[in-house]
Amino acid sequence: MLSLLSCFLSLLSFLVHSCIRPWTQAKISLKDEKEIDEGTSYVAGEEETPKGLLREQMPRHVAVIMDGNRRWAERAGLLTSQGHEAGAERLIEFAELCFKLGIETVSAFAFSTENWGRHKIEVNCLMSLFQRYLKSKIHFFQSEEIRVSVIGNLEKIPESLLGTIKETEEATKRYKKKHLILAIDYSGRFDILHACKSIVKKSQQGLIREEDVDQTLFERELLTKCTEFPSPDLLIRTSGEQRISNFLLWQLAYTELFFSPVLWPDFDKDRVIEALVSYQSRERRFGCRI
Amino acid sequence: MCRRENNDLSGNDVVQSFITGSGSFPTFASLNSQLRILVLSLLPSTISDPKNLGTVLHFIYLSSGEGMGGGIRQLLEQVHRLSRRCLFRVLSMGPLPTHLAFIMDGNRRYAKKRGLEDGSGHKAGFSALMSMLQYCYELGIKYVTVYAFSIDNFRRKPEEVQSLMDLMLEKIKSLLDKESIVHEYGIRVYFIGNLGLLNDQVRAAAEEVMKATAKNSRVVLLVCVAYNSTDEIVQAVKRSCVDKADRDVERIQLVDIEENMQMSVAPEPDILIRSSGETRLSNFLLWQTGNSQLFSPDALWPEIGLRHLVWAILNFQRSHSYLEKKKKQL
Repeated sequence: MLSLLSCFLSLLSFLVHSCIRPWTQAKISLKDEKEIDEGTSYVAGEEETPKGLLREQMPRHVAVIMDGNRRWAERAGLLTSQGHEAGAERLIEFAELCFKLGIETVSAFAFSTENWGRHKIEVNCLMSLFQRYLKSKIHFFQSEEIRVSVIGNLEKIPESLLGTIKETEEATKRYKKKHLILAIDYSGRFDILHACKSIVKKSQQGLIREEDVDQTLFERELLTKCTEFPSPDLLIRTSGEQRISNFLLWQLAYTELFFSPVLWPDFDKDRVIEALVSYQSRERRFGCRI
Repeated sequence: MCRRENNDLSGNDVVQSFITGSGSFPTFASLNSQLRILVLSLLPSTISDPKNLGTVLHFIYLSSGEGMGGGIRQLLEQVHRLSRRCLFRVLSMGPLPTHLAFIMDGNRRYAKKRGLEDGSGHKAGFSALMSMLQYCYELGIKYVTVYAFSIDNFRRKPEEVQSLMDLMLEKIKSLLDKESIVHEYGIRVYFIGNLGLLNDQVRAAAEEVMKATAKNSRVVLLVCVAYNSTDEIVQAVKRSCVDKADRDVERIQLVDIEENMQMSVAPEPDILIRSSGETRLSNFLLWQTGNSQLFSPDALWPEIGLRHLVWAILNFQRSHSYLEKKKKQL
């Protein structure tokens, strides 16, 4: 009876929760119970570790699903394209902050294979945005020594964008300490299928035997082979949706997931620190007992 | 009723009178209201001596046995079931998931929290699982998948692994009992994983259950044991390679891998629930949960209850229309 009563109370609180408050709450866990620093902008040149975080426990690889650009634009009374522009700008700031905090690899889900189903105008706008941003930021990447890689199917993207991608990758391939991976026309299942085809091809060519195929070999055939740390330690998804949406499926096996109700263009420094504090408070066991 | 000189009821006296069947006592049919009055009247004395209430509650427990013909426990269960049915009717007015997956995390922490011995947490976890399955199948959810034992768990202490294997053997065998939930709901059971890693007894028991329930079709239970998703994917890829070895590699499609997955017997989960507040997949159904709603209540697995299931389904219903719209875009 008590459990039923609590169910009805849950139903009632759900109705209140969804009408008044944001749908999901990001879990905040602070070390030392100190407040997160106020401020919505990044501090240029900052290298100090913010309060509540330990530098030695920073994740090596952070992945982000940048959700919420369109909703942000709608709320701000702007065009969808402006929402995506704000999102792109936010990504650069996010990556910069991560690198300054000692995180070596940042992956971003820029365009999913499923996004081709969106309106053609929006898709063209996104492709054009990617090209413009990559082209304009090549010098920035070089001055900051950020290596840029793009992973994805890439068969459907315009030739001009493909050219810019190759140019950017070439111009930054020698940098080792900071790595920005952009997933464009990417899907986790496609990545696994691609690895499968690669293995079959090598098997047909006599380069590998079927009995040699294990998880380690398989992982080396995934598109994330461009990085030494293909598996993110932390995945952040903004805008309140609690799904992986086919991003890095294999690679997320042991990744800590952080869901924030904040829309991507609003995901500022404080929110990043919230996510990192939450990550550092977690006990990672990898199936064993510590 | 017997009363003390100071008009306080003595629980012990009342219980004795009920058991000996004194003629002045009410019949069993009116027992409920009398017991209510009894409990209420005992409350003041309970404050000074909690044993009184304990004695009455013990009597309630005794009287709910079969020997007393029905019992309060059965009555309460009926009330509970009826209320649940009403609640599920309300929930059914919205879209319901077809497939729920559970990561049953927190058994050991539960045992530690309660000061129980090692192994008790997993037993409590099994009871919670049975309750959850009952709720799911009553609600009309056709597929339920549970993460019972990961390949990574073999790296735990040997004593713990052996204890888990023993418990698993006992519980797998109990599924074949006539009174088990399998028979009550007509469940078809699959054991998904690298069963070759299990000891012979557990593997044989699992295979026996799969064979015995092969003809059931109402609802499905998939128990992932000696499982992890990356292993499942590699095995599926290997099988695809063998199938397509003599063909053009470019003709290999997603469906070729999918049909070789062990989990291909069920559709993709609509919701993945992980208890104990941890928010990670721990190598569970990575391929299948790409578009699943994730839900991680703070409750440890043995503490999971109906309210968590209700909340998860309400979450699902809220985002369902948005997800359906996105699916149509594909």
